[in-house]
Amino acid sequence: MTNHAIHAEGLTKRYGTTTALDGIDLAVPEGTVLGVLGPNGAGKTTAVRILATLLRPDAGRATVAGHDVLGDPDAVRRSIGLTGQYASVDEQLSGRENLELFARLLDFTRPDARARAAELLAQFGLDDAADRRAKTYSGGMRRRLDLAASLVGRPAVIFLDEPTTGLDPSKRDDVWNMVRLLTSEGTTVLLTTQYLEEADALADAITVIDLGRVIAHGTAAELKQVVGGRSLQVRPAHLRDVADIRAVLSRVTGRPVGEPTRGLLTAPVEDEQQFTNVVVDLASRGIPVTEISLSLPSLDEVFFTLTGQGAQASATATATAKELA
Amino acid sequence: MTTMTVPQVAQPRPPSSLPWLRHSLSLAGRSVRKMVRHPEQFFDVTLQPVLFLIIFVYVLGGAIAGSTQDYLQFVLPGILIQTVLFSTIAIGVNLNTDIKEGVFDRFRSLPIPRSAPLVGATIAECLRYAITIGVTMVAGFVMGFRTSTSPVRIVAAMLLVLFFAWCMCWIAIWLGMIMREAGSVQGIGFLALFPLTFGSSMFAATDTMPGWLQAWVRINPVTHLTDAMRGLLTGGPVAQDALIALGTSGLILAVFAPLAVRAYRTKA
Ligand SMILES: Nc1ncnc2c1ncn2[C@@H]1O[C@H](COP(=O)(O)OP(=O)(O)OP(=O)(O)O)[C@@H](O)[C@H]1O
Ligand SMILES: [Mg+2]
Repeated sequence: MTNHAIHAEGLTKRYGTTTALDGIDLAVPEGTVLGVLGPNGAGKTTAVRILATLLRPDAGRATVAGHDVLGDPDAVRRSIGLTGQYASVDEQLSGRENLELFARLLDFTRPDARARAAELLAQFGLDDAADRRAKTYSGGMRRRLDLAASLVGRPAVIFLDEPTTGLDPSKRDDVWNMVRLLTSEGTTVLLTTQYLEEADALADAITVIDLGRVIAHGTAAELKQVVGGRSLQVRPAHLRDVADIRAVLSRVTGRPVGEPTRGLLTAPVEDEQQFTNVVVDLASRGIPVTEISLSLPSLDEVFFTLTGQGAQASATATATAKELA
Repeated sequence: MTTMTVPQVAQPRPPSSLPWLRHSLSLAGRSVRKMVRHPEQFFDVTLQPVLFLIIFVYVLGGAIAGSTQDYLQFVLPGILIQTVLFSTIAIGVNLNTDIKEGVFDRFRSLPIPRSAPLVGATIAECLRYAITIGVTMVAGFVMGFRTSTSPVRIVAAMLLVLFFAWCMCWIAIWLGMIMREAGSVQGIGFLALFPLTFGSSMFAATDTMPGWLQAWVRINPVTHLTDAMRGLLTGGPVAQDALIALGTSGLILAVFAPLAVRAYRTKA
């Protein structure tokens, strides 16, 4: 498959008795974005670390930019940029020193390294903080520096492990725009996320993984079809109305509705008409609500639909497995 | 099509014959920057030899050699070696915590030799050792130590101890890679260095010791290093001891550098 920038087959990785990856297949065509969606402990970071040659798989094989991750890791490293889940810059050095160091390690000449660092600092809005130690950066600035660091060598393939976790919405938008800019330039991106919304906004295709296995793969549209497109969220004004609202929701949507999570009742809806119907129905019964909205399903709901159990439940299962290990 | 617009290798690759050395030097620059930013790191390498000189020469010197000045001439090469050797432990302690930091993940994802971050750190360490040597020599001169050989031999003495320390620091790195806690690196390092330094000809003449200890002192490579240093600084035979010291350092390097690099690679 020469037109696949990333291709993985049967990737397996065990830590003691914990199976982090249980035979994962991934395929990312050149110049596209793959969103790897999964809850805590699904194996996202493990998969990224294997593809970025930081970790050897126990079984399976993978090529990145046409190079085998086990056979020719150096060629893979020349073609990739990695932004790990946790900042991988030197906090004792300034932003500029970090970028210049990485440029030098990528064989830029000294003047070229200086120029590339300045270019990236400007592009990521880090000009003012360029000569401060990274230790003094805010979470968002550190993330941006980290992203900039993985772009120094203009890699053909970029891995972003939960690039927006912990960022406020405006910083998250910055990251999204940057990813869009990269793909418009033809870069292949694999990004992991816990948010369907993020995968929907950025990815050409989505692979859903849980407990080290692929449980669904498709475009965002295909996935939304499976999980019921959008979901309707209602926050009852009074606890005593929960049962009545659940009844209304399940009658209108024709599906069972689960217990409220964090005071919010959620139901998948197929079209906007159902939203209106719920509003009208609730109003005619005089049931007060404090919030009602239409949104993409959360990871929890995706998992509920795909596996019949919530992401929370599988995350707990993983946590238990980890404790046993 | 669109992919063609993104150059895979945008930067010109300078036709350098030694990328390994260049990468290591870039990484050494990183370590040096950090050192300069934390000058408190230099306290131990500067204060320790001065304190040791004062204690050994003025407190013990009179009793051991009958005259503090005579003892200073005898003990300075030893104190020099001892301080440098003890400061080799720091790199193991530092790397033990350093490699848990995210930036080492980035080093691993870059197309550089696996050993470059370690070699870079050792190059920066040599700067620290050189400062230690300089401080000890200056303190010795102020107290009245006098060399009686040529400048070439004095420089050779400095280089000899520097090379010995550089080889020894690979043991510390290896310990830093295989130990869980930075504290245990320090503990084991000190434990190993005590018999090596005190159990040598550094502080007293070998023939004043009991037979079993003499046996150890005679095979201890640090004894040969000390005797070679004495010869180079204050006169006397050098060649045989220097060769033994060089040979041992080379052996240590050949064994522990690969071990350290391998331990670093497998530490995911
Ligand atoms: N070094 C390790 N030692 C032992 N177990 C590990 C190690 N790294 C990961 N695991 C386990 O492997 C499983 C997958 O972990 P991984 O970090 O890949 O998940 P993730 O999808 O990235 O989760 P998160 O969203 O929390 O980042 C988890 O059960 C985790 O506990
Ligand atoms: Mg993760």
